[in-house]
Amino acid sequence: MSVRHALLALLSEGPKYGLQLRQEFEESTGEVWPLNVGQVYTTLQRLERDELIESDDGEAEAGPQKAFRITGAGREELESWLSTPPDMTSPPRDELVIKVLAALRVPGVSVHDVIQAHRRYLVELMQQWTRLKEDEADFDLTFALVGDAELFRLDSVVRWLDAADGRLKRAELEAPGLKTGPIFRRRLVAPR
Amino acid sequence: MSFLELRMVSKSYGAGAAEVEAIRDVDLSVERGSLVAVMGPSGSGKSTLLTIAGSLEDPTRGEVVIGGRSLSVMSRNDKARLRRRTVGYVFQDFNLLAGLTAGENVALPLELDGVPARRARSAGVSALEQLGIAERAERYPDELSGGERQRVAIARAVVGERSLLLADEPSGALDSTNSEAVMRMILAACRRGVAAVVVTHDAQLASWADRVVFIRDGRIVDQTVPPPAPESLLEDVTGPSQQR
Repeated sequence: MSVRHALLALLSEGPKYGLQLRQEFEESTGEVWPLNVGQVYTTLQRLERDELIESDDGEAEAGPQKAFRITGAGREELESWLSTPPDMTSPPRDELVIKVLAALRVPGVSVHDVIQAHRRYLVELMQQWTRLKEDEADFDLTFALVGDAELFRLDSVVRWLDAADGRLKRAELEAPGLKTGPIFRRRLVAPR
Repeated sequence: MSFLELRMVSKSYGAGAAEVEAIRDVDLSVERGSLVAVMGPSGSGKSTLLTIAGSLEDPTRGEVVIGGRSLSVMSRNDKARLRRRTVGYVFQDFNLLAGLTAGENVALPLELDGVPARRARSAGVSALEQLGIAERAERYPDELSGGERQRVAIARAVVGERSLLLADEPSGALDSTNSEAVMRMILAACRRGVAAVVVTHDAQLASWADRVVFIRDGRIVDQTVPPPAPESLLEDVTGPSQQR
């Protein structure tokens, strides 16, 4: 997430002071992303330079007592950012995927055990997030949303591990002693 | 002390060359007040484990102990009584009786156990109240939504003094909001002192449990370590605190 756009989003509600922006940023990200004070003021200075925000006093140093408001250009920038999908087309260099593929080639290593080690770790992480959600969800909507996002992300990785486990088991039954080809026999090209 | 204990439990079906071992040498213990999830793919033996834990089936080898009593020394009648009084089941497809209202479905296990109808009904309504659907008590299952039917099924499983709750894919085909509601209810029952086992292939459901046990090809292969306090996760996510 871009700090720049998060600050623009907060300023779209009305003029705010630097310190207030830092506090609201933390609250609006479910307090899972603390921001240091310097980062807020540097970003504010850049936003002002780019004329996406303006302050009462253009000369003074960005600081806790200086109020900022969003400009028309800032609002346009914010709206275009909100509706632009983030780049999700990553080539398959996921570390976990690489580990599972590599485990297939190492003699004496069970790929199923490798998969289980990762599965357990992911489920333990999910338990922690669920526990947080259990405590927080009733009174903190932002935190519940952040928690759900993390849970669905981790869940998708567990599902991939489950699918890989099942696919490998079927392959072993059909062709015992199966060896895989070289990793990435076919080149995978990220779609544009 | 554990309320439910499986000791080296195995279950085979068929004989000779056709023998299939559904579960093998399973050890599992569940304390009162705790929720254990058994997670595994289809065909891993997790449903067999649950039916044996609930005395619906006998193990081929090994021992099942519920509330300090071994099932192997119980008569059929003793086991039937145990199932009526102590064990509650939640199934994926709810298994509500279509000809009975929600309230009657929930009261049924008590009535079968000889509790007078009026008392059974009022216990049923209070179980439905706890799950927030007392006003649906007079409706029939086909007049309820999927989420409501599953709440009725959970109320039926915890009504009276049940102390062991066994659930097989309890969120069935429910959406994620309703699935979460189902797990919150099961967890709430645990926090009141019930021992619960949920079997599922779904990591999100399993993550509600205090402990997740992984089953593969009929064997328990791994389990999670109890999750640390939530604060440590926040530390993890955010990294060392930054200078303010």
